[in-house]
Parts: sequence; C-alpha cells; structure tokens
Amino acid sequence: MSKDVIGSVMVVGGGIAGMQSAIDLADSGYYVHLVEKSPSIGGAMSQLDKTFPTNDCAM
Amino acid sequence: MGNRTAVFKPYAQAVPGAFSISKKDKSPCTNACPGNVNAHGYVSMIGEGKYKEAMEIITRTLPMPGVLGRICPHPCEDACRRAQVDSPLSICTLKRFAADQVDINDLTVPEITPRDEKVAIIGAGPAGLTAAYFLALDGFNVTIFEALPVGGGMLRVGIPDYRLPPSVLEKEIAWVQKLGVEIQYDTVMGKDITVDSLTEEGFKSIFFGIGCHKDIKLGLPGEDEVENVIPGVKFLRDAALGDMKEIKGNVAIVGGGDVAIDAARTALRMGADKVSILYRRTEAEMPARDEEIEDAKEEDVDIQFLRAPVEIVAENGKLTGIKCIQMELGEPDESGRRRPVPIEGSEFIVDADVLIPAIGQKSDASFLKNTDGINLNRWGNFDVDQITYQTSREGVFAGGDAETGASIAIAAVGAGREAAISISRYLKGEDMAAGREKLEIPQQNFNAIPQKAKKIPRAHMARIPMDQRKSGFTEVELGFTEEQARQEADKCIDCMVCCECLECVKACGAKALTKETHEEKDRELELNVGSVVISSGFSPYSPKNLDFLGYEHRPNVITSLQFERLLSASGPTEGHVVRPSDHKEPKKIAWFQCVGSRENNRCDNAHCSSVCCMYAIKEAVIAKEHDPDLDASIFFMDMRTFGKEFEKYYIEAKEKHGVKFIRSRVHTINPVGDSGDLEIRYVKENGELIVDIFDMIVLSIGLEISPELKKLAKQFNIELTQGSFAQTATMNPVETTTPGVFVCGAFQGPKDIPQAVVDASAAATAAGELLAPARNTLTKTREIVPERNVIGERPRIGAFICHCGANIAGVVDIQALKEYIQTLPYIEYVESNLYSCSQDTQTNMTEIIKKHNLNRIVVAACTPKTHEPLFQETLINAGLNKYLFEMVNIRNHVSWVHKANPDQATEKAKELIRMSVTKVGLKAPLKEAKLNVNQNALVVGGGIAGMSTALSLARQGYHTHLVEKEDRLGGQALNLYKTWKGEDIQQMLDEMVQQVGSEENIQVHLSSTISQVDGFVGNFKSVISSKDGEEVVEHGVANISTGATEYKPIEYCYGNSPRVLTSLELDQKMMANDPMVNSVECAVFIQCVGSREPDRPYCSRVCCTHSVESALEVKKRNPDAAVIVLYRDIRTYGERERKYIEARKAGVIFIRYSLDNKPTVRVEEEGVIINTTDHVLGQPVEIEADVLTLATAIVPRKEEALAQYFKVPMNADGFFIERHAKLGPSEFATDGVFLSGLAHYPKPIDEAVAQGKAAASRAVALLAQGTVTTNGEVASIEPMSCSSCGTCVSVCPYSAPSFIEEGRFAGKSEINAALCKGCGLCVSSCRSGAIHLNGYDNDQIFAMIGVV
Repeated sequence: MSKDVIGSVMVVGGGIAGMQSAIDLADSGYYVHLVEKSPSIGGAMSQLDKTFPTNDCAM
Repeated sequence: MGNRTAVFKPYAQAVPGAFSISKKDKSPCTNACPGNVNAHGYVSMIGEGKYKEAMEIITRTLPMPGVLGRICPHPCEDACRRAQVDSPLSICTLKRFAADQVDINDLTVPEITPRDEKVAIIGAGPAGLTAAYFLALDGFNVTIFEALPVGGGMLRVGIPDYRLPPSVLEKEIAWVQKLGVEIQYDTVMGKDITVDSLTEEGFKSIFFGIGCHKDIKLGLPGEDEVENVIPGVKFLRDAALGDMKEIKGNVAIVGGGDVAIDAARTALRMGADKVSILYRRTEAEMPARDEEIEDAKEEDVDIQFLRAPVEIVAENGKLTGIKCIQMELGEPDESGRRRPVPIEGSEFIVDADVLIPAIGQKSDASFLKNTDGINLNRWGNFDVDQITYQTSREGVFAGGDAETGASIAIAAVGAGREAAISISRYLKGEDMAAGREKLEIPQQNFNAIPQKAKKIPRAHMARIPMDQRKSGFTEVELGFTEEQARQEADKCIDCMVCCECLECVKACGAKALTKETHEEKDRELELNVGSVVISSGFSPYSPKNLDFLGYEHRPNVITSLQFERLLSASGPTEGHVVRPSDHKEPKKIAWFQCVGSRENNRCDNAHCSSVCCMYAIKEAVIAKEHDPDLDASIFFMDMRTFGKEFEKYYIEAKEKHGVKFIRSRVHTINPVGDSGDLEIRYVKENGELIVDIFDMIVLSIGLEISPELKKLAKQFNIELTQGSFAQTATMNPVETTTPGVFVCGAFQGPKDIPQAVVDASAAATAAGELLAPARNTLTKTREIVPERNVIGERPRIGAFICHCGANIAGVVDIQALKEYIQTLPYIEYVESNLYSCSQDTQTNMTEIIKKHNLNRIVVAACTPKTHEPLFQETLINAGLNKYLFEMVNIRNHVSWVHKANPDQATEKAKELIRMSVTKVGLKAPLKEAKLNVNQNALVVGGGIAGMSTALSLARQGYHTHLVEKEDRLGGQALNLYKTWKGEDIQQMLDEMVQQVGSEENIQVHLSSTISQVDGFVGNFKSVISSKDGEEVVEHGVANISTGATEYKPIEYCYGNSPRVLTSLELDQKMMANDPMVNSVECAVFIQCVGSREPDRPYCSRVCCTHSVESALEVKKRNPDAAVIVLYRDIRTYGERERKYIEARKAGVIFIRYSLDNKPTVRVEEEGVIINTTDHVLGQPVEIEADVLTLATAIVPRKEEALAQYFKVPMNADGFFIERHAKLGPSEFATDGVFLSGLAHYPKPIDEAVAQGKAAASRAVALLAQGTVTTNGEVASIEPMSCSSCGTCVSVCPYSAPSFIEEGRFAGKSEINAALCKGCGLCVSSCRSGAIHLNGYDNDQIFAMIGVV
C-alpha cells in the first residue's frame, strides 16, 4: 500500500487557509508544495488593516 | 490606490521578502519589431530623460538608431496599444530623437575579448553592418567587402539624402568600425574576390548581405536602347553617388513603391520641370509609405492612378513619351489587393523626356559559381535555413534583401543579427539552432489601458520650408524637440509593465538581479503528489458594472478593500484616512452593504458573502478610532453578525462607538457638483424619504469566485455550486467531488478567517487520512545551527529598533533613540529598520550578529506576544541561545499610547530600552528539555464533532478513546431532521456511528465521564468513570467536544400548549411524520428566542437557516399552509441565502420584529394567537397558528469540571475560549488540548465536522513530532533553601511543583518544567526565596529597576 501512496501534497493558494493547511500537513509529516500565483504568501488577509472581532492587526 | 513600479514588493513584511518584477506579455511594439529592438525600453528611458540609457537599449539589438529612426516603416507603431486611446506613439521618431541627443560614438565600447577567427561579410548594407557589429562584439575578426565606394548599401544609394543625410549613416558606420570591423570598399564579388579566395585567405565563415540592387525591367521594347530610360534603383544610386547631377524636362516614373516616390522627389530636386508617377492601381494599394506619398504630393509630384505603360514612345532613339492604358480594379489577387485590369481601347500617351521605371528590384548573385555549392531559390535569392541563416554551404550564411527579396531595412538588421549569432556559434563549435525555435509569443495579457488617459495628439516633427525642400537635398524633417519627445514618450502605457531597460540590473549591488534572472521565464514543473488542497480563495467583486454607484467615476466612492488600505499604516496614505479626490479627511462616511452579494439582478451573486457586515462594522469602528468625530453610517438589509463575539461587537459599535445602522438598500449615488461630495436618497423604515450627503462612500463588496479558479476547478473535474463555490457534502465539508482533492477557505463558500483556518486544518487532516501510510517518507529534517557558548564572554549587545512603518517612527524620534542607545554600556551595534519583522531584516540580523560577534540582542519593536518567537528564531539561526534576548514594546507601550506627546514618548522609549539593555547583559543561556509524546488521544464528547475528531485521529494511526456521557453516540444531531442542503441527518449519523464502531483504533466509552486529569502535553493521565468503575488512560493529546444544549424557553407560552414547539421538537415531529405538521394550515416561527438577548448576547448562528428549511418543509408537506417567520435579521449566510430566496418564492412570509417590540403569544382553544407589528405597513397583525415553533438559542453546558481538569477557559456565555480567535480556533492555549463543535460556539453540522477534523489535524501535528520541547523560562527550586512549606504546590494553577518523594532532598519541592508556564506565582509566594524564575531572576529585575 505505502508504495502506491505519495507522501506529499500540493496546496494551491497561499492565503490564510492555504498557509494553515500547509503548516498542518508539514508538521504532520507530509512534504508540501505550496503554490501561489503572486510573489508572496498571505493572500487577501495581507491587504487588511485590522481583523474582526478582536481588532488584531491582520499582519 | 498607490502607484507601483515594475519592480516591487507587495508589502513591507511580505514573505518571501524579495522584490519581484512584473512582466506581462511582451510589449506589442517590441514584439512587432523584426529587428527585436526593445521599443518599450527606449521609449520609457526617453520619457525619463535618460537618453544615453535609451541609446544603450537600442544598440543592444541595432547598431544604427539614427538611420532606422528616420527611415523605418515602424511596424512597432502599427502594434501600439496607445491607438486605443488616441493614436500610436511616434516610436520611430523617438528613436531618432535619442540618436539626435546622444552621439553614438560617445557610448562606451563594451569590453571585447578578441578571438582569432576571421569572418568575411559581403556587403556593407544594414544586414552586413549588423552582422559585423554583433560578430565584432563577440570578438571575431570581421572584414566587410563592399562593391561600392561607400558603405550603407541601399541606405546610402537607395534612400535619398533629404530623407537620410549621409552624415548620419557615416557616423553609425564609424561606430561599427570602432568595434574593430574593417571595411574594404570597391571590392566586387566575382571580380576582386570569390568564395574560394576568401576561404583561402583564412576566412572561416562568410555572410552575404548583398541586398537587391538590380532593377526589374518593365519588359517593354526599347527599354534598354532608348535614351533617357533610367531604371529607378540605378537612378537613385547615380544621384546618391553624384554620378548624375541634373535632370531636365518632364519625368515620368512607373511604379508605386518607395523607390518610385524617392525617384520622383529626387528628380524634382535635380531640376525636373514636371514629375509624374504612373501607377496601375489606386492610392489605397500603393506600397509606398503614406507619409512618403503625402510628402511627394506636397512637393507637387503628379501621381496618376490606374494607368499602366504599354509602350515606350521614342523618336530617333530618344524618348518622347510613354503609351499607357487605363486600368480598372478587378478581383483581389494573392496579395489581397485588387488586381488591375486594362480597359480595352483606352490607350493614351503621356509626354515624357525621361522615363524612370521603378517597379521593383532583385538580388544579383550572378557572381556565384556552381562549384561554390551555394544554392539560390527560384527568385534568385539565397536559400537559407530559416533559423540559422546558413546557406547550403557550411559556414556560409546570407540574410537581408538578398535572402528575402526587397524588404525593409529593420528586417535586414534582424537577419544580420540572427546570422551573427549562428556564425558565432558555428565558429565556437556550438549547436547553431539550439533554443532558437520561433515561438508564437502570446499577446493577450497587458497592462490595462488607463481609464483616465487624456487624448493627446501625436507629435509631429518640424520641417524645412517648401522652397528649400524642392531646391536641394537638405533633410526635410527636423526631429522632435525635447519637450515633444518627453511628452510623446510619456504617453506609453507600459503594456508589458516592465520595459526591460535592465537599469535594475545595473543598480543591484548584490547582483541578485542579473540579465539572466531578468530573463527568467515561467517554467512548467511536474509534481507527483498524493493529494491536492485547493485554497485559492475568493476574488473581490468589482462594482464597476453597477453604474448607478459610479465607482471609478466618482473618486470618493471606493471599495471596502480600498478602505482597508486607507486605514493601514502600510497603505498608500500610511494609515491617514483621506478621500481620494482632494486628500481631505472625510467627516461623514457611509458604508453600503451587499454590493455584489444577495444580488442576482445586476450580477449573478445570489449568495450572502458572510463577512461584509462584520468588516463594515470593523472599518467604521477603526475609522472612528482614527477620528472620533467621524459620522459613520452603515446601510444594510439584514445585519449578519452570527460568529463568535460578533454580536457583542455589533452592539458595541452601535452603543459605545456611535456607528449608525440604517436598514435600507440605497440605490443611486449622485455627485454634488465638483465638490467630490456624494448625495444619496433613501427611504427610512417608517417610509420617510431622506436625502443625505456624504464625504465618502465605501462599497462593502462581496466575495466571488474568479473565472480563473472556475477553470482550475474544471481541470480538476470539481463540481461547483450554483454560486460557483466548490461543491461539498455536509459530512465531508472539505472534500470536493474529485477524490483526493480537498478544498478550504473561501473557495468552499464565502467565509471569515476563523472558519477558513478551521477548514484549512480540516483539509490537511483529510489529506493526511488518505496519505497516512506514506507519512514522513518525503519530509526532510531541518539542520540546526550549533549553539555558540557565550558563558564567560563580556556582553556584546546588539540593539535593533523597528519603525513599524509609521506606527512607531511616526511618534518616536528613532534617530535620537539610536544615538542614545549608542551611549549605553556593552552596546556594540545599533540599527533601525522600517519593518524589523520582514524576512530581509531577519536575514540581515543573522549576518550582523555573526559579523559583530554579538552575544545579547535587544529588539525595540512591537509586542513579544506575537513577535518574540520570530526574533528568537533569528538568534537560533545566528547560533545564539534564544534566551539571550529582550524585546521592548515601544509600539503598544509607547507610540500607541503617547501619540500626543512625541517628545515624552521618545524619552519613555529610551528608559524602557535602557532597562532591557541592562537586563539582557545579565541574561544567561537557558536549556529546553525534550519530552516524548504519548501517541494515544482522548476525545471527550461523542457528538458529530467528537466522532469527526476521533475518526481522523484513528485513520492516521492514533489510538483514540472516545468518551460519551450518554448511552449512544450522536449528540444533538440525533434530534435533527435535515440539513439545509436537504440531506437526511439520521442516515448520515448512522453511517458515521458505524464508521466509529468499525474503526479499530477507536475505543468508545459510553455512559462515561472524565473524573480526573493529571499530566501535561504529551503525557496526560485521565480517569474515565462509568457505572462499571474507573479506567485510567494515558494519552498525549485531548479534545473537548462536549457540545451544547437547546434553550428551553420560558417565553411565548412554551409548555402551555402542545402547539408551541422548539425547533428541535418540530424536527422530531417531522421525522416521526406527525399528522400535526403534515396537516398544518398555519405555521409560525419566532426567531431569536433566547438568543441576541441581554442574557445571551450572541447569535445562535443556525436558527435562521433551520427555520427557513423547516418552513419550506411545511410548505412541501402542505403547499396551501400559511407559513410565517417572525425575525429580527435573517442570517442565512453564505449560500444558505438561496434557501431564504427559495422560501420567499414558495410563499413563506417574513415579518420583522424588534427587540423592543417582540411578538406576544396567547394560547386559545382553536390555536395559538400571535400578535406582532407588520414592519412594512407598521400595522398590528394577529395570526392564529396551528403550530408555533420557537427558534431557541444554543446554550453551552458550562463544563466547569472539565475546564478545571484541562485548565482551559470559558467566556462569559459559557463557551470554551480557543487559543486564538483566528489563528487557533480549534485548540486551547493549554498545549495538547483541542476543541471542536458546539462547545466552542453554535454551528451547523458541516462546520462541526470541519472543526472536529481541524482539532484532529492540530493534534496530529503535535503527535507526529514525537516530542515536545519545554520552555526555558520556567521556575526552578534550590532545594537547599526550600523550607517544604508547600505554598508553591498549592498556588500553582498548572500543578508544576511537587514534593520530592525520596533521596537526599525528600520532602523538598521541585518543579516539573513541562508543566511550568513561567507565570512566577510560586516565585513570589516562596517565603524562603528558594524559587527562581529563569530569565526573570531577582538580579535582572532589580538591575532594571535600578536604572530607571
């Protein structure tokens, strides 16, 4: 069985969801290819100032 | 909103922290140039006033800018997209302008490494000169053999001087010679030299660029014999070389190309009385350039169309005229031009003293011998390989007109350059063709044409006066003035974005950018992966199609995302909220909700975008923090604050911050004159029409899926919902319809950050379940930088100050701070950075620590809560123990709180830094211990969430104890009928319970509770109690998913009548097929029963959708039933909105009530009587219902004991508090303890499943590490000083201290480092002073106090 299974995952999109997925997968023992079309990760969240409902800085 | 250049970094803290260059498809001008000249590049440079740089760009591919800048027919301009605004840029003349400004011979000659090989070039025309130029640059020994006494080929003898002065050409030939090219004039091929003689002389390669210098004949009798019949090319050559100086009488020219026009204008200048051009088609078909035709006409050249010569008329061998025939246009020929057809009998004679036939020219390679082995094609042109330009003889190449037939100079330049590349490779023994396949370069994706681009007429050169024009060969066109050129160049719309000027390569001192990296292209990678997670997110709705809002036309109408940037310190205004039109601070802002959401009239987004209500409130609150006097109004339909702590935020915005909430969907935004102000009209709830004016209007734009992502979905064969989100099932909320492909984030449905993060972890674990057998097969272990021993070293402190953009630097005087820190003891290095947290600063810090041999670091920046781990990581990377570090919070504690007093703020920052510098000098390296993690898990609560966690853990190989206090698994789901998607919950639940039952890694403990928990992350020991006794289980992680219950109302006559039910009771009746619901004639639902009330100030999230679903079910069972929903706000978020639409379409009536005017209910014999007020009519209504369903709140269980056992907190409502609302939604701050389901917050089944999986994912991430590292900053006890009083043991909330049981120190206290959180409670309560907190020892603290 293990011969057929490839221990890597491609995550398409490096926003908050993609990054969290990638972190969890990597910490769980899988090699992750995180694919992001823009030059940096962070996605839409990096465009935000603060976040609700805690008013934490989005960065 | 700001301007970005082609070289950019998305934002200061971007990861990776490097700059990138945006390149779209190749600029059409550059792409269209046969000579591959980077038109975009030099136009940009001219726009910047960098003329030398412009010339450097041109000469990369073209050695003759001044020549081509005058005579090129400029295919670049035909391709120019500026034409879509006004007219194409005058690219060609701009090139001439650059050459006019900078003497080409002043350019720096590049360094050339000479080579021995000799190359012969035949012909000093554009092809030959270009080939020679590039070969010379490559170091070859180049000789050009030219038959004529002058260089330039057709440029010199085919183009008259008034168009191209010889001096311009000579200067550029001199430039080619400057590189070492030798030119031998008057050397005729076949006469003075041959292919063989050149080979014998040691030329290793030959290039033929002999052009087309032989006239094509009219084919009329007498053409060669009659005096004064002079072929066009010969005429121009004789004129250019001065062999013919004068011409008299009437001149007739036959032809319609450039040669005909040039001959006509030359004849005029040489004294002809009258010049006529006879052309057999019409002006539209004339191959000559339009400008040339115009010029000729201006100079009184008589162009006669539709006449073809049929006979040369001569008397005594002397020309008297030419007999022509009138033509008419017939069908188009193969060139697409209409074929001229003679009109029979229409012959007539044109009087002429001189006839110049100019109907074409061809190449003359008659000097070649058969033995040369060089093949010509059927037109007598050189036959070459289309990529390498090599002829049939090895080492012999040809290009330009001699290969293509008469064409344009820039094409010859291109061929010359390509041939030079081949010759160079040939002589170096390299593959000539490798990598040179001609590719179709895509021409679709360009920089957008600016909406606001003004129409500017195309620049025209000044010309010499007409009398001068006709009387001599002075150049007619005078070139651009600098002003003209700069303005023309500035019109460029930068199609490719980057113009490839390569100025950045020159500027990059680090050599990170080179010509090679600049030329990097997209590469295709093939990855073999076991699974795919698609988290490609949403795309913000663009409101530009909603013309009534005037977005893009009214500068002060902006989107919510743009407003975020205005609020942000790293935004275009550095966090200063100003309106775009006049940069004035707005005093009155309105937010319009549901722009591009809940809208299927003007766009196709019927769904609710789920996040806009909250972000609009947040933006309003933050904007009011920027300016407390701001008047902020939010125009909305339903306020959807359904998430955890959202309702409180809404209430606070209204009551504490004074944000106005107006329930109205406003239609049109009208400008108020030119003031930039915006007028709106809306109807208040009481029907009153209001006209109001705002300074700025923010459109709360919705979330949608981009066409690009839809395409990707199609490639993955993923089915999409009606709203184009990924289709998922309730029990598999992160699994797409394609096995192995998972989804998370907004692609799964519009959602907020916490839910996206939950989904993300869930998707990770879903992939993990699939790939468990291959775990750790492809991962790598990180190399650890060895730690430097600093014990005994004198402190060498480095201080790094962060500007945090303007956040700190806007208040604190950073320069003063730096100067001050320099004066502190043991300081070795001080620097400040714009953003210390950015990746490049981190890398830089590592280098500085090593270079200056620093052994203690102080960072004065933001809060250590979020950023300390980052800086500690940097210390580790630099080989320092991470505890030799102090962080000073000069943002929260200084710049934020002392904004109004910058001087004092700076002084405070100095004090705080001095304290930390003093302390850090006393700090010692601390050790962290590694502990093994028990590989078993405990899940408390066997509902949907708990089972979901247990299944994910078990499937990834972890033995899991699932503890449920009831005698069956299922929790609240046992009471539910259908999901909003219509799935049968009981059936799904049965399947899940069966899966749990058949999973051998899950041990189910029914009718059991947890009665004791000991230990800590990785090493828990818990007692599971049941009526059969107690069982002790050891586990590394625990998950709490104990669920919640339904609120049992005391209001609305609940309990007084069997007709008054809760939502769950109604579901039970539906499941039981109860006749009471099947035959109901009037069903009423009351929403928010027990929710959004002062006692429970939260929204229960699920009830609106549930009631809508139930209402539809009632309608389904009895379509004639009256169904009425009494609500406060309908919160059918995401695609649940479609259910709400469906219900309204099905005739369900929705009546809104307010908290201060709730419905009243009384029970009568015949039914339940409900009184309320109709929100539209404002009239009281009485409804007699058969069934009244109360959508009651979800109430937390308040599991105090469990909270105690695991040391986890609950909020005021009784829901457990997660580690972080956004970044840790499925785990507790207590390490190793996780959270899912209703115990966290009310949620529907799909979200409970997702969170169950997410908790498992977080747990697996920990379990898979195998070990945990303890904190170094923990308490430690000196046993010698311990008085065994036991205070520490009793005060510690984490049970870290305990008595030593045996040995020398039996009875003394000791601290378990794994449990200690470093809170210091024991330290302060130890009367013997035996306990020390590592990293916060007495001497350190006293020293800090000492320096204040």
